[in-house]
Amino acid sequence: MIPVSWFLVLSGVLFALGVAAFLIKKDLLVMFLAVEVMLNAANLAFVAFARLHGLLEGQAAVFFIITVAAAEAAVGLAIILLVFRRKKTVKADDISVLKG
Amino acid sequence: MATLLFFLLSALCVGGILGMILSRNAAYSALCLVPSFAALGALFGLLGGPFIAVVQVIIYAGAVMVLFLFVVMMIPLRPAPSFPKRKAFFALSVVLAACLLALIVLSLSASLKTSAAAAPEGFGGVGDIGRLLFTDLLYPFEITSLVILAALVGALILAKKKKSP
Amino acid sequence: MKDVFWLIPLLPAAGALGLLVFGSRLHRAAVSFVGCLTVLASFLLSLLSFLGLSGEAAAQGPQIKVLFDWLDAGRFSAGLSLQFDALTAVMALVVTGVGFVIHVYSVGYMRGDRSYARYFGLLNLFVFSMLLLVMASNMIVLFIGWEGVGLCSYLLIGFWFEKPAAAAAGKKAFILNRIGDAAFLMGILFLFVHVGGTEFRLIERTALDGGLGTGAATLIGLLLFAGACGKSAQLPLYVWLPDAMEGPTPVSALIHAATMVTAGVYMVARLNPLYSLSPPALQTVAVVGAVTAVFAATMALVQNDIKRVLAYSTISQLGFMFIGCGVGAYSAGIFHLFTHAFFKSLLFLAAGSVMHALSGELDLRRMGGLRRYLPLTYAAFLVGTVAISGVPFFSGFFSKDAILTSAFSAGRHFVWVLGLLAAVMTAFYMFRLLLRVFHGRERLDPEAKAHLHESPPVMTVPLIVLALLSVSAGYLALPAVFGKDLDRFGRFLGSVIPAGADAHVSLGTEWLLLLASTTVALLGIGLAFLFYGRPTVIPEALVRKFPRLFSLVANKYYVDEVYGAVIVNPLLRGSEAVYRRFDLKVIDGAVNGTARLTALAGRGLNVLQTGRVRDYALALLSGLLVVLGVLVL
Repeated sequence: MIPVSWFLVLSGVLFALGVAAFLIKKDLLVMFLAVEVMLNAANLAFVAFARLHGLLEGQAAVFFIITVAAAEAAVGLAIILLVFRRKKTVKADDISVLKG
Repeated sequence: MATLLFFLLSALCVGGILGMILSRNAAYSALCLVPSFAALGALFGLLGGPFIAVVQVIIYAGAVMVLFLFVVMMIPLRPAPSFPKRKAFFALSVVLAACLLALIVLSLSASLKTSAAAAPEGFGGVGDIGRLLFTDLLYPFEITSLVILAALVGALILAKKKKSP
Repeated sequence: MKDVFWLIPLLPAAGALGLLVFGSRLHRAAVSFVGCLTVLASFLLSLLSFLGLSGEAAAQGPQIKVLFDWLDAGRFSAGLSLQFDALTAVMALVVTGVGFVIHVYSVGYMRGDRSYARYFGLLNLFVFSMLLLVMASNMIVLFIGWEGVGLCSYLLIGFWFEKPAAAAAGKKAFILNRIGDAAFLMGILFLFVHVGGTEFRLIERTALDGGLGTGAATLIGLLLFAGACGKSAQLPLYVWLPDAMEGPTPVSALIHAATMVTAGVYMVARLNPLYSLSPPALQTVAVVGAVTAVFAATMALVQNDIKRVLAYSTISQLGFMFIGCGVGAYSAGIFHLFTHAFFKSLLFLAAGSVMHALSGELDLRRMGGLRRYLPLTYAAFLVGTVAISGVPFFSGFFSKDAILTSAFSAGRHFVWVLGLLAAVMTAFYMFRLLLRVFHGRERLDPEAKAHLHESPPVMTVPLIVLALLSVSAGYLALPAVFGKDLDRFGRFLGSVIPAGADAHVSLGTEWLLLLASTTVALLGIGLAFLFYGRPTVIPEALVRKFPRLFSLVANKYYVDEVYGAVIVNPLLRGSEAVYRRFDLKVIDGAVNGTARLTALAGRGLNVLQTGRVRDYALALLSGLLVVLGVLVL
């Protein structure tokens, strides 16, 4: 069938794209989206390996990852809301309180 | 046939992400990712994980993205140029991301032609996963539900509008 | 009972510690009590130990008590050990006895002083150091005491440190002592090299067994004597003693008359086996002593400050003591040390009494006719003056004559002549002092005269005690002319100082020498009366005739100025230059430069701390790549 390694390459591509997106975009929200992309890339890798080794645990891992990622998205977005309320901006570069 | 499907889905996935990167509007970015995640779900199915595929589509493409869109709509955003003014930074991040990719591919280069064994019947079926989750992985399962609860409550409290005194 | 001598130094040490730490919180009376009691107790213990020495015990050699093993480095070891023999006994009795008397005197003299407790604490500390010095059984402990008395001298000279003159005088004393000490230390080192140790018993044995060559003995002897020149104010390191008069008068009496300055003489006497091996060293000692004696006496002739006259007199008398040792008559030298302690401290204390009566005046020209107002002080001063001038039957006569006789009989005629010259001058300037202060026309400041009063008993009783001793002490060592074996003092010291060291002359020669000494003393006194007995113009006439000579002597031969120009100023300017060119620029530059470099680096690295998440993410990615690269590649 399809070589599993292709899926892994795809996973790598997705991850690299996610990283690039995180670094390139200035918007906090979009940066958060990029994080989700990276997580999904990892999920893909998990499933691919689960198939490669015939272990269902990989898929269980993905199950958990999706769940936790959803929870994390909820909290993270709440935080972004708070940041917006405080700083009136969601541009990542505008928030440099830790400067120096 | 599967190969074709694979490439189609991959294209969709990558395309969505590129769309996310390239669009200037946060809402558009979020929307671009929806088909991307859906395609990913299909890919999961290709890999013999029907249950996971469905979960991915329902939760990620469905719930998480919608959540994002809600928040996007709550925050008035000015469309920003997607390419930052700092050229050096931009160039450097692209280069480094490429390096990352290269490294990943390199590490896989040995096994580039390995094929997967034929999936056993019912591999990745709901029943099997369910058994796994409720026996060996019971603890993580229960704790995850706590995590969700915590996230729920936390998000509620965090996002609540403070009542002015 | 015999073995308590090691407690002798410890009592004043405890007193010093207590008084210096707690004294300011104690009542004056308590301070006086403690301060005097410790020294009195030491004196009694010394007496006890002295009595324990009589008989066969003295012949057995010194008792030694090792307090603890201190240094032990390879071949070199020195313990903190004390000893008690005849010589130590004499010195200890003098130090504690005269010390006690002066402590009592100080109770009156220093009454009303702000730092009363510090004074007694330091005085006790001094007594402790001096006792350590004389009770040491090796050179190392002696040196500790040596340094200790130097330190106390500095602290006590500069006791009233708010006075710039006093502070400077203290510094001067300490620095000059230090110069001598450098040579002293080298002497100790060579002692170790040639003898293998610094214990006195070892030195004595090595010297007697012929284990020490003349060259080595000369080297060591000269180096140690150089140290003695600093401590005992001989040429050329004497200039600190006159300045040291800035300190309280009891301090001058104790430290700069009776005890510390005599440490050099003690050292030479203690090491007499070594010195006897080296005629050149002894020659040097005698000549330096003689020249110093005359030199200092000339300066005493024209001084107008009571204490400074006495200071130069001390330098001169110390020269006499070194003459004694230098011609091999060590016991004569120590005997003069013994008698000098009594009459010199008597003179100083009496001078202090005068100053106390006149509210601090010390210029001769503003005194006169005081014998009517201060009869007791006058009597004491008279006794002291007569004693020091070498008038027969007083103590000074016997000790000085012993030295001069020994010098002549050892064939050292040049030294003998110088000694006679110094003796004339001594009699002269001392009686000059007496006449100017107590006789003649009153030249008193009216303010001072109004407050004129005899000193309280706490000050006059010590004077009486010292006066009695000044008269009687001489009888411990009568010259052979009066009968055989009347030199009890010399016999007592025989266990330490071989009797053969004193040469002998015929009886007839001795009588002649006695006569010479007496004549010389009377000559000096006569001249003094001639010049100052009645109002005369002789002094002024002489000054007018030899103005340049007079100003040369009156200005102390400009020695201080020469030292300043040749040694002190170049050193100061050199230090200044080094400070400016090296210390400020190089060292401070390096230190500050390092600081500035660090700050610069910090500021440089600060650029990375932008506070922006994306920048940090980039950094993370870079790090990740490095790690992955290492793993994969």
